[in-house]
Amino acid sequence: MYSAIVFLPLFGFLIAGLFGRQMGARPSELVTTSFLFIAAALSWVAFIQNGIGHAPMTVPVLSNWITSGSLKIDWALRIDTLTVVMLVVVNTVSSLVHLYSIGYMHEDPSRPRFFAYLSLFTFAMLMLVTADNLVQMFFGWEGVGLASYLLIGFWYEKPSANAAAIKAFVVNRVGDFGFALGIFLVFVLTNSVAFDQIFAAAPGLANKPIHVFGLDVDALTITCLLLFMGACGKSAQFLLHTWLPDAMEGPTPVSALIHAATMVTAGVFMVARLSPLFEQAPDALTVVVIVGATTAFFAATVGLVQNDIKRVIAYSTCSQLGYMFVALGLGAYSTGIFHLFTHAFFKALLFLGAGSVIHAMHHEQDMRNMGGLRKEIPFTFWMMTIGTLALTGFPLTAGYFSKDAIIEAAYAASAHSNAALYGFMMTVIAAGFTSFYSWRLVFMTFFGERGANAVHAAHGHDDHAHDDHGHGDHTPHESPTVMLIPLAVLALGAVAAGLVFEKYFIGHDYDEFWKKALYQGTGNHILHEMHDVPFIVGLIPFGMMVLGFALAWFMYVASPGTPKAIARSNPVLYRFLLNKWYFDELYDLIFVRPAFWLGRLFWKGGDGRIIDGLGPDGISARVIDVANRAVRIQTGFVYHYAFAMLIGVAAIITWYLVGGVR
Amino acid sequence: MFGFGILTGLIILPLVGAGFILCLRGESEAVLGNARWAALLTTLITFLLSLWAWKMFDPASAAFQLVEQKNWLGAGLVYKLGVDGISMPFVLLTTFLVPFCILASWESITVRVKEYMIAFLVLETLMIGVFCALDLVLFYLFFEGGLIPMFLIIGIWGGKRRIYASFKFFLYTLLGSLLMLLAIMAMYGVAGTTDITVLLKTDFPSSMQKWLWLAFFASFAVKMPMWPVHTWLPDAHVEAPTAGSVILAGILLKMGGYGFIRFSLPMFPEASQYFAPFVWTLSIIAIVYTSLVALVQEDMKKLIAYSSVAHMGFVTMGLFAMNPQGVQGAIFQMVSHGLVSGALFLCVGVVYDRIHTRDIAAYGGLVKRMPLYAIAFMVFTMANVGLPGTSGFVGEFLTLIGAFNSNAWVALFATTGVILSAAYALYLYRRIIFGVLDKPSLQGIADLSAREIALLAPLLLLTIYYGVRPGPILDACAASVQALIKGYDAALAVTKTAALLLN
Repeated sequence: MYSAIVFLPLFGFLIAGLFGRQMGARPSELVTTSFLFIAAALSWVAFIQNGIGHAPMTVPVLSNWITSGSLKIDWALRIDTLTVVMLVVVNTVSSLVHLYSIGYMHEDPSRPRFFAYLSLFTFAMLMLVTADNLVQMFFGWEGVGLASYLLIGFWYEKPSANAAAIKAFVVNRVGDFGFALGIFLVFVLTNSVAFDQIFAAAPGLANKPIHVFGLDVDALTITCLLLFMGACGKSAQFLLHTWLPDAMEGPTPVSALIHAATMVTAGVFMVARLSPLFEQAPDALTVVVIVGATTAFFAATVGLVQNDIKRVIAYSTCSQLGYMFVALGLGAYSTGIFHLFTHAFFKALLFLGAGSVIHAMHHEQDMRNMGGLRKEIPFTFWMMTIGTLALTGFPLTAGYFSKDAIIEAAYAASAHSNAALYGFMMTVIAAGFTSFYSWRLVFMTFFGERGANAVHAAHGHDDHAHDDHGHGDHTPHESPTVMLIPLAVLALGAVAAGLVFEKYFIGHDYDEFWKKALYQGTGNHILHEMHDVPFIVGLIPFGMMVLGFALAWFMYVASPGTPKAIARSNPVLYRFLLNKWYFDELYDLIFVRPAFWLGRLFWKGGDGRIIDGLGPDGISARVIDVANRAVRIQTGFVYHYAFAMLIGVAAIITWYLVGGVR
Repeated sequence: MFGFGILTGLIILPLVGAGFILCLRGESEAVLGNARWAALLTTLITFLLSLWAWKMFDPASAAFQLVEQKNWLGAGLVYKLGVDGISMPFVLLTTFLVPFCILASWESITVRVKEYMIAFLVLETLMIGVFCALDLVLFYLFFEGGLIPMFLIIGIWGGKRRIYASFKFFLYTLLGSLLMLLAIMAMYGVAGTTDITVLLKTDFPSSMQKWLWLAFFASFAVKMPMWPVHTWLPDAHVEAPTAGSVILAGILLKMGGYGFIRFSLPMFPEASQYFAPFVWTLSIIAIVYTSLVALVQEDMKKLIAYSSVAHMGFVTMGLFAMNPQGVQGAIFQMVSHGLVSGALFLCVGVVYDRIHTRDIAAYGGLVKRMPLYAIAFMVFTMANVGLPGTSGFVGEFLTLIGAFNSNAWVALFATTGVILSAAYALYLYRRIIFGVLDKPSLQGIADLSAREIALLAPLLLLTIYYGVRPGPILDACAASVQALIKGYDAALAVTKTAALLLN
């Protein structure tokens, strides 16, 4: 069964990828989508058996991959509770996104390619979450990177899409640089890359120093920090986040699947999976909290002022991933995973809802050109509202359980850790921002009047050459049923996932549910402390949510002139936020340009002037002079060569005779 | 087989084919067709024979196998052949790649077809000889002899600046080969034989090892090519015909790496140990420097040539790490690079045959008219980037983990190559394949023909197969590498004890 879950998407990819053009778009869609639904159904079976039920952890080995000396790497499927949680998330969202795409992409001529990529992504993601060793995880890790690259650049005629695709891959590779070094270090420390051996060795390595890169450092701290660097790249954390907003160049279903629900959470999954390592490296965990909290705050600030509907949600994703890392860094791994689980539902819902809006608006993405859409697309409006409620943590929705738990955990830990205090403050502030930008999105899109140049202007912004032909009228229209069903299913998850699953993930049934898939050291009582925080702390996020809602209501519904006035009175701050703290410009200046400049310098100066100039060109100029005088045979080089060899031999014999070796 | 073994068969067969083509008279299309078919059949039969050799080969043993020996030119010089787990993969790589070269030249070579085919067949003989030779002089003859047909291929069938390119090639290799010849004479002086199996057991005096090591290094470093003696390679690649580039990148470059494993490491262990930091430094420079240079190239072939130098940097780094992961990874990386870079040059050849330019700026948006080509190019680009699941990953990963075990700094710097390779490879792919197809010259461009699919498909399948199941290559060399490292460590231990005793 587990093999079927993992490999059905691969078969879907192969069938649609190899034969898609022959068999046409519709069969490709049906094959990949139905395979995914089978895999999703099986995933839920596995979830009930291994998570809620009592099936023990299994690790079926498929075959050997790499063996070299003491390094042994297998292809294997590690099935425990953490894996089945991820299987459910990945396959559920993926199958719904497949279904949704049938409607969303129906005008695109390259649908077989699109569905093949989606299935390829799903396969790689499943390999990642079922990995039993670091290298197979790296395989999935890079595999999802490839799929993400292909899907971001799906509309390959758009220069911006191509640039975004390359940026995503290369920035991820920067993270992978750390991940790879982390794997090497793990191998040096434990002589293995398989999880069981690493985890068994971890307690013995705690507080052991290692001399590496010229420093004497705590072995597990440096290892975990390097691995965390990989997580930062994949999960778009502060400093390595720049690729995620640009990734919105991809089709919207891709954003929902890859850049909201699944791939970007791979970093969170990785840290949780390696909890036995991180648990022995408290300093590394502190860094995780700080990075997560900073990201949560930073991304939320940028989200406040963006006008592209997808970018707002992208920054929101970035920010929510920060929340998850805060939870992980506090040692509350299950809380982080719980937020990952609920976030997948409501964030995929928001993205697919945004896709429905974009579809209705004929590929208009600028919210300033929207407005008043709740009458024309009421179903989408209600779905988006549910998603927003869940994201902002409205009581009893999914976000209320998972996000508030993180804030409470941060409060509980802040008694004995400054990093946790920082985490608490940042997440509380970000909660307010989250509420503000989420409701701002809803109000700008669905309330008020249509923007001045509305749909007609959309053509000006529209770079997808293949869109909106065949549409006689340009009034917004509700999406087809095939797109609305996934919205409804995800909305159900966004409402109920928290209520139903809280007791398993972080509550009463914690031990029976996780069955030691997550490790917590003996001194780690965060889950108990988290439930014992004062009642007033539990009210803080709620208060922030109400505040954000009220402010958004005031600024975008009650008094729509306010935002412009504020922006005008604080031009520096506004531009700073609008330009995303100028990270792109900064990186361009300190990384991209110097790389090209150095490349040119090495090429023209190093290779051309110095090496060639002093070496072959200098010598050959002399040789040609001599050769021109000596021989005039057209293909003279062979003779030169033979001649030179003879001279060489003669020289050696002479040397032999005169001096001799002995 | 006529009193000779299977390895002699491998060496003789291409010569027989060359002799046959030599007997063909006339320049009519039918005759040229015969020459092409004769060359293709010869190389295919050679490949099948090498598969048979592989079947007879026992990967569990570290010893030389299929050994044959004949006295030759009186005393001292012997004709001795044999393979072990280190050379066997390269023999197979050679026999596997040459048919592709013949097929790649099917339509693009129109002048002096017979001579061209003969040059390739002779080249195949010499290349197989390099990997089979168990006598140092024999090795030297094959090693240096291989340059002559390569000269001709670049010099006669090359591009506009072919004379300059072949001259540069000549100058570099001449310097290296003369020093190696000197070293060979000196080794004969000490050991009294040029039999490699005996030399492998000979202890050379410590001070002499360093000189010998340097002399061999000069030759192998040029062949690899290592920074800073790499500048002949981009020029040679750019000017060579497609098939010439495939052989150059696929096999000739591997002779340097093979030489390091066969001679430098086991015969001069002390010197190898002594010079390892030097080699690492050059390797890191090669990886970072040439990757950056690749980023700014405007010529497709030059870009791939520079990326080859970077990939060979991983090989030398892994070799001198001297642990199983490093050395096996280096061998795997060489085989993988042979397949992948060969395929990339074939990919360049495909569009070069259509538009007759290698200028990256002349392309763009090819995916629209050439979807199959785009798929193949994508797979090979990803293998070049070292994506897990392709053969490129296994070699890179193993060499890096091996290097990390020996020296973490080396691995740290070399791993930046992972970032840079993604940048230059994807940047190339984007400029050629993606974008809008708006250049008039590209409007009528056709997708892969049946012949081109037959060329690229096997390479593509092998690239992925070896990415998922690298076992066949890693297992083949495991025993030999184990023995190599054991001998190396033992030799170092002996000198260490000796040093202690002297104190």
